[in-house]
Amino acid sequence: MSQRQVLQGLEEYRKARLQFVQRVAEQATRPQNLETLQSAGVISLLRPLLLDVVPTIQQTAALALGRLANYSDDLAEAVVKGDILPQLVYSLAEQNRFYKKAAAFVLRAVGKHSPQRAQAIVDCGALDALVICLEDFDPGVKEAAAWALGCTSRHNAELSQAVVDAGAVPLLVLCIQEPEIALKRIAALALSDISKHSPELAQTVVDAGAIAHLAQMILNPDAKLKHQVLSALGQIAKHSVDLAEMVVEAEIFPVVLTCLKDKDEYVKKSACTLIREIAKHTPELSQLVVNAGGVASVTDCIGSCRGNTRLPGIMMLGYVAAHSENLAMAVIISKGVPQLSVCLSEEPEDHVKAAAAWALGQIGRHTSEHARAVTHTLPVLLSLYMSTESSEDLQMKCKKAIKGILPKCTYLPALEPFLYGAPPNILKHVLGQFSKVLPHDSKARRLFVTSGGLKKVQEIQADPGSLLQEYINSINNCYPEEVVRNA
Amino acid sequence: MATLARLQARSRFLENQYYFRNSVVDAFRKKENCAAVKIQSWFRGCQVRAYIRHLHRIAIIIQKWWRGYLSRKHYQLKVEVAYYTMKMELYNAMAVRIQRRWRAYKVRKYCFNYFYYKQYLRAVSEANETVREILQEYAEIQESEEKKAELEREEKQRAEEARKMHYLLSTKQIPGIYNSPFRKEPDPWELRLQRAKPLVPQRRRVQQKQCAGLADWLACTSARSFPRSGSLPPINRKPCQGPFRNINEVLEQRYKPLEPTLRVAQPIDELTPARQEFQGQEWVRNISDKMFLPFSSHHKKEKYMPSLFSSSKYDPISCRKQGFRSENPGKWICDKDFQTVFPSVDLFSKYGKSYSRAGQIV
Repeated sequence: MSQRQVLQGLEEYRKARLQFVQRVAEQATRPQNLETLQSAGVISLLRPLLLDVVPTIQQTAALALGRLANYSDDLAEAVVKGDILPQLVYSLAEQNRFYKKAAAFVLRAVGKHSPQRAQAIVDCGALDALVICLEDFDPGVKEAAAWALGCTSRHNAELSQAVVDAGAVPLLVLCIQEPEIALKRIAALALSDISKHSPELAQTVVDAGAIAHLAQMILNPDAKLKHQVLSALGQIAKHSVDLAEMVVEAEIFPVVLTCLKDKDEYVKKSACTLIREIAKHTPELSQLVVNAGGVASVTDCIGSCRGNTRLPGIMMLGYVAAHSENLAMAVIISKGVPQLSVCLSEEPEDHVKAAAAWALGQIGRHTSEHARAVTHTLPVLLSLYMSTESSEDLQMKCKKAIKGILPKCTYLPALEPFLYGAPPNILKHVLGQFSKVLPHDSKARRLFVTSGGLKKVQEIQADPGSLLQEYINSINNCYPEEVVRNA
Repeated sequence: MATLARLQARSRFLENQYYFRNSVVDAFRKKENCAAVKIQSWFRGCQVRAYIRHLHRIAIIIQKWWRGYLSRKHYQLKVEVAYYTMKMELYNAMAVRIQRRWRAYKVRKYCFNYFYYKQYLRAVSEANETVREILQEYAEIQESEEKKAELEREEKQRAEEARKMHYLLSTKQIPGIYNSPFRKEPDPWELRLQRAKPLVPQRRRVQQKQCAGLADWLACTSARSFPRSGSLPPINRKPCQGPFRNINEVLEQRYKPLEPTLRVAQPIDELTPARQEFQGQEWVRNISDKMFLPFSSHHKKEKYMPSLFSSSKYDPISCRKQGFRSENPGKWICDKDFQTVFPSVDLFSKYGKSYSRAGQIV
């Protein structure tokens, strides 16, 4: 019968479509095929299949498009130009959960590459549809939607503002409370990406009540979740004092310190980052961190990490010590200085060394006791300043650290090596320090002569009338004539 | 004349003598003059000197008195000034003492309390020590838990392996591979194999529970749903020929839990028990069984007299409830009433549930 033939023809066509779309989806998993697929123009072929009557074909087509867009920015641009996003958004509202997951995957894959793609996603009105997906029952759909929103808001503040205006934040906070770990992770990541751009966005996230839930999840044993939660709290706390105080009021201390002993490197790094963002705002917050024993645990954490993961911990010690001399003394008695000097000498990366140099400078610049605690690192700082391999930033930070420590340093045996190897601008400060201390301390004067320092001072050339010459004169005035002559 | 002669004789010499006498006088005149001058000058000098000496003495006396007078005046002033400075220095020294004490007190009490600072640093270091200890303990606990979990996992794995390898156990006749006769004592695996319970080939556990209704049947079938990792297909199955579907798909299809259609899910005589249940509830609730008629239907008790034109053999009374078959047991054919059956619409029972993937949810 003709009816049966007609139906058979249609059935074959349907099978063919299904097979094609499944094959494309499978081939899109392998990167080497993607170039050929793109040049063959598969995107325009997949576009009408998104509106196919058969749900399987729709879902597989969406999956294939997602995998294509995921691979590179060009493919994502091709997907955007192929006018696919409005179709997706249109059918996102009414389809089943598998299709929603696939569509959210496509949106995420397009939005993650660059701000322009993410703007394209916002422009086609996908945000409202994604926010509706966040209210769905299936946790997989919620996860995909939250991930897409997170990828969109990652790039800049306007996109985050658009995501917030679509009303995503309260739903994300609800998603955090769900029992599935993957959903919690993605929701925490999305909140972290939203709140990292500006204080207003962070305030919006806080107003939705996110801090309490995030703080509860610090105790969760899953390492990736802890990392996301700690980074979210860190992004919130970094903007202003009020936000940092709100994070602290959620009673994260001393629980956060247990995260510093975690096996996972990223958890340690994000915990250090959070403590650093809290401690850097005011002396009172640093005091709170110190009283909770934060400095000791961060010092131990620095000792157990290597490389870039140490950087937030080192900066945290620097910020704490910078606020006041009591806090700097607290850092010293927590054995922070040996750890920092180890970092300074061992680390291969220049920016980590620069951070360690800065931190040591902050510790040593307050009083003579602080400078005394830091003097054994001065030769290392000097050698880094003089070495031609150090980057400019490292040299600048070493110079500032030395210039900060030297005026307070009264322990002269540590300064004597500087007479031999230092450049003139540092030598000036060294001699100034000698000229300040020597007139008052007879033992030091004797030591200075016996160790050959006076002889070295005589050998220094200085322009008459310059500051250097004045210092040399004042040093020579401390001694009787013959001693100076013989030296 | 003699004198004249003498004079004339001497006159020659007179000039000379006159000259000489004058010149002698002259000769010594200078000397004598000089001597006289010298004596005079000397004397005058002495005079003057004496005068000057006298003047000096007098001037000295005057000056002495004058200077004494002036210095006494200055001395007064100096003494006043010295006294003043002495007093001021004393005051200054005392003031410095007071200021020193006061500043020490102020700094120690209000600005920088050294002992409090020391105590604070000690407290901080103690807090650090406690925190370090606690964190160390925490890390150790975590490690030990991980190790324990690891050991348990390994132990479980080995027990599983031993169960699977149970056939390698040595018998009386044949020593097993772990029990070589050349060894002093058997391998630990041998002991493990002895302890292990052999794996029984997985048989379908037949549960002979009496299922009262469909709901119980559904509950039974959840036990028969897709088998988990325990069971594998038996080894001695004859290998069949031909291209096969994915075994997981087949097993999924085979052990799919029962998804009854709408037709089956509801019992067909659902209406009757529902009605009975409702009647039972009403019987419990109601005080009297008689229908409580409103007063407005009081007058409706009179019998209706039909008109001749509209009367038929079908009595209007037969329109009431007792005319129905279900309410009137006299009308029943057998001793039971008919069953009221509502079959459901069987349109979508096969949708998404057939073996083929047509229209299947992926």
